[in-house]
Amino acid sequence: MTRYALTRLALLLVGLLVASLLIFFTLRVLPGDVAQLIAGTQGSPEQVAAIRERLGLDRPLWEQYFEWIGGVLRGDLGTSLVNGRSVGAELVQKAQVTVPLGLMSLLIALVFAVPLGVLSAVRRRRGAGTAMSVGAQTLAAVPVVWAGMMLVIVFAVWLGWLPAQGFPRTGWSTPWLAIRSLLLPAITIGIVEGAMLLRFVRSATMQAIGQDYVRTAAAKGLTKNQALLRHGLPNVGLSIITVLGLQVAGIIVGAVVIEQLFTLPGIGRMLVADVGGRDLVKVQGELLVLTGFVLIIGFLVDLVHRVLDPRQREAA
Amino acid sequence: MHRLAWLRRLWRISTGRFGLIVVAVVLIAAVVSIFWTPFDPRDVDIANRWGYPGWPHLLGTDGNGRDILSLLMAGARTTVYVAVGAGVVATVIGIAFAALGALTARWVRESVAVFIDVLIAFPVLIIAMMISAVWGGSLGVVIWSVGIGFGVNIARVTRPELRRVLHSEFVLAGKASGLSPAQNLWRHLLPNVAPVFIVQLSWSMAVAVLAEAGLSYLGFGAPVTDPSWGLLLADVQRYIGIHPLSVVWPGLTITLTVLGLNLVGDALREATDPTLSRGRDPLAPPRGAIRHVPEVVS
Repeated sequence: MTRYALTRLALLLVGLLVASLLIFFTLRVLPGDVAQLIAGTQGSPEQVAAIRERLGLDRPLWEQYFEWIGGVLRGDLGTSLVNGRSVGAELVQKAQVTVPLGLMSLLIALVFAVPLGVLSAVRRRRGAGTAMSVGAQTLAAVPVVWAGMMLVIVFAVWLGWLPAQGFPRTGWSTPWLAIRSLLLPAITIGIVEGAMLLRFVRSATMQAIGQDYVRTAAAKGLTKNQALLRHGLPNVGLSIITVLGLQVAGIIVGAVVIEQLFTLPGIGRMLVADVGGRDLVKVQGELLVLTGFVLIIGFLVDLVHRVLDPRQREAA
Repeated sequence: MHRLAWLRRLWRISTGRFGLIVVAVVLIAAVVSIFWTPFDPRDVDIANRWGYPGWPHLLGTDGNGRDILSLLMAGARTTVYVAVGAGVVATVIGIAFAALGALTARWVRESVAVFIDVLIAFPVLIIAMMISAVWGGSLGVVIWSVGIGFGVNIARVTRPELRRVLHSEFVLAGKASGLSPAQNLWRHLLPNVAPVFIVQLSWSMAVAVLAEAGLSYLGFGAPVTDPSWGLLLADVQRYIGIHPLSVVWPGLTITLTVLGLNLVGDALREATDPTLSRGRDPLAPPRGAIRHVPEVVS
């Protein structure tokens, strides 16, 4: 187990390193453009050169990279080229919207997908099971923006239950208002992501139903459902954990689009604005944090899976 | 004759048949729209704004009085362009990485495997953001980001397949009879990994359609002058309170297209993979669908 954890940790570190290199050097393919951008179209060549020097853009790329990564390791992601504010501080501030949104989405996806997935596997020979599976297959093909728009039409425009967009200025000091404004976005992401999860749960449950130990348990006197519940579902749970990493990546992507649709002041909306404004320092910080997060979740998921699954533990 | 047998098997799977029909309709719409659409999709007709579905505007008109059916047909062109483009890029990257990761010296092979595992963690949208930050938004961004994202996926699924086939007797026989490594790759290795590969390809095209819609919506995809399903969604967004029906059509079109490509992919897997039993549940997700779970190199 320790050996596995160390190997996996090494892979994580290599991953973070490669990710930082990729992000940094891709964004520097067009050097100097940034200085021109800050100076504006009116900027004289001297002004542009001065800005370049101030930001260190005139130094070799490797030096710039090490300075950036050194800062990152000390917890400093640099300052925005456009408004001069600390990238880290802005990320923390925006995370107050995006993190709750992500958690709510994940929760909704789990609550909606796990029971329905198991049910659709148990009832696979009946109409309801097939209908659920067809529904999940279709939902997985829905563009998340469109899902959001349809939910807005129903729950905000027609029924008027939830706000169609925005986040309260008062933030989390008015928790009920904050949750209310995140509910529709979270449902949108949760349903679309949950559709995929449902298919995995269904297929994992079907596999579990066919296992010998479930049949044996049933033969020893449990009802089929009891056998599945006690002996089959722990395995289904394990396979859910393995797709959680995938789900987290999906939720991040969903948040970028959905924060735009619902005009939520989160990390995704900030990223879109910064990419549009070519605020390269901010974009590289944001991308590193997001990919780093996905890599770390993947690492944790693998470890947890290893710890929980006795078969894998023995194999190690 | 037997080369097309998989197509017939695909047709016999009902979900595959449905997918094929949807994909064919989109293709035909795209081709026809080059020569003919019911109305000029750019024709602004203020007198007929927000027309309801009926005659002569079968799906109604949008806020500028443009015919929605014509816009969707013209938008199909953009979608096909992006899906095919992303497919080509994904193929090239996928084969290149898979070959590098399977057929080279051990240390190269394993470094490539680690690299693939890292790239997998980059969601397509993040790659797209990275490219847009440098070069600005365009359809090229969509093609490259989906192409790279899925190329890596294809490489990851194809690489072990390639290694498995590499040690099979017919490849050895090919080597013994004097084929060069390149010839052997082309004649024996690639045809044998093709099934795994084609399935991934049809899924990557589905993702390309979704990515085009999403990125065009965010303003990093199609230029505003182009007909595009994603742009149409962004256009009508402000009016969803007043004209909900106008939002339905583009979304429904995208969903159907993506569903079609996904179903073709699933059915292709079933039709080409002899190891799958015939009694398999047709609606279960394919095994290869766990796409981003990192693989630990031992």
